[in-house]
Amino acid sequence: MNVAGHYSYWVTIFLMVAGLYIVIARGNLVKKLIGLGIFQTSVYLLYIAPGKLIGGTAPVLADSFKIYSNPLPHVLILTAIVVGVATLALGLALVVRIREAYDSIEEDEILEKDRGEEDPR
Amino acid sequence: MVLLTMMAVLTAAIVVQRNLFAVVVFASIYSFLMATVLVALDAVDVAMTEASVGAGMSTVLLLGALYLTRGDEVKPLRRPLVPLVVAIVIGAALVSGTLGLPAFSDPQAPIHIHVVPRYLAESLRETGVPNVVTSVLASYRGYDTLGETIVVFTAGAGVIALLRRRRREDPRR
Amino acid sequence: MRRDLVLRILAKLLIPFVLVFALYVQFHGDFGPGGGFQAGVITAAAVIFYAIIFGLPAARRFAPDWIVESMVAAGVLVYGGVGMLGIVLGGNYLDYFVLAHDPVQGQHRGIFWVEVGVAITVSGVMLKIFYKFAGRRREADQP
Repeated sequence: MNVAGHYSYWVTIFLMVAGLYIVIARGNLVKKLIGLGIFQTSVYLLYIAPGKLIGGTAPVLADSFKIYSNPLPHVLILTAIVVGVATLALGLALVVRIREAYDSIEEDEILEKDRGEEDPR
Repeated sequence: MVLLTMMAVLTAAIVVQRNLFAVVVFASIYSFLMATVLVALDAVDVAMTEASVGAGMSTVLLLGALYLTRGDEVKPLRRPLVPLVVAIVIGAALVSGTLGLPAFSDPQAPIHIHVVPRYLAESLRETGVPNVVTSVLASYRGYDTLGETIVVFTAGAGVIALLRRRRREDPRR
Repeated sequence: MRRDLVLRILAKLLIPFVLVFALYVQFHGDFGPGGGFQAGVITAAAVIFYAIIFGLPAARRFAPDWIVESMVAAGVLVYGGVGMLGIVLGGNYLDYFVLAHDPVQGQHRGIFWVEVGVAITVSGVMLKIFYKFAGRRREADQP
């Protein structure tokens, strides 16, 4: 085991944990979604980095190259990115509706309002 | 390696920064860095998608949502310790897990010896398309891509349903 | 923003090239990096650029809502239609070998139409999402 051989894994894990920390610790819903996005991009790195071969080239076949990097993770992540932005849009739409209903995008204020509505009964 | 370190620093900046507008701009820079890293890792198709989707579309959407929600400052944290401990424990567990993984660019890693040599050897003869990513995407894994397209369609339908024009007479008011 | 000369001229210069580049990415995707997902997003980005510079109503005239909404569904239908065509011509669902006499030719044709379907849906969804976010007023501004 050497440091250079595992460096990409460790950056991936740092990004993943940072995304997780934002999702858990921050109360702002938009910030939570950005944290989810960072978590997601760390997964892209987790898939793509092991597929790279040093000395290889992008997987577009030509006679002059013999070594190609692994195309399979590229396919999986390509679709994941587009689906990721679609789900981000869905999440943001939900946040906009929450803002219109509760007049706030801070998690604790929203919970506060929910409790306030229930208590008088 | 330098790029990866830059990404890590930028992520730390996103975590610390409380102004939401700055966070969105940082996220956009982060996407561009990610695209550069992907080019360095030979994933040109993915890099193109990340540059146009991550840096373009999601920034526009985030700014639009920021305008609609009028959020600018995140409130300071009250109990930052518990999530920090959870994150560090999970991170340590994952790092100890990586010690058993094959090193970067090891040609004998399982990812390189399973299905992929067949794609690389046969796809040009079977489909006549030199770009292996395209042939795997649309042909070998056509069902997968059909599913992804339907997911995008469903998400679009969901946004349309959520952000309909509100009716003028709201019964509650 | 709408009176800014530099932005308007630059946008007029750039947007045609962005659209042509999207077509290039779409149809050259077999031979180089590119494909339906990227082309769809780039097309949507060109229209969004237009909307940001010239205002949302101008973009809505250029790409009306009903076209965008039908694009969302049409792409999925094209993709599924290619699959059904495989059954009609005697193969399995999403089987491209039967689409032409030569199997390689059939594969090529199948991949081409599938990518077209993907591009139509992705650009339709992206544009529609942008219209929805941009067209919505803040709550206080509503009458």
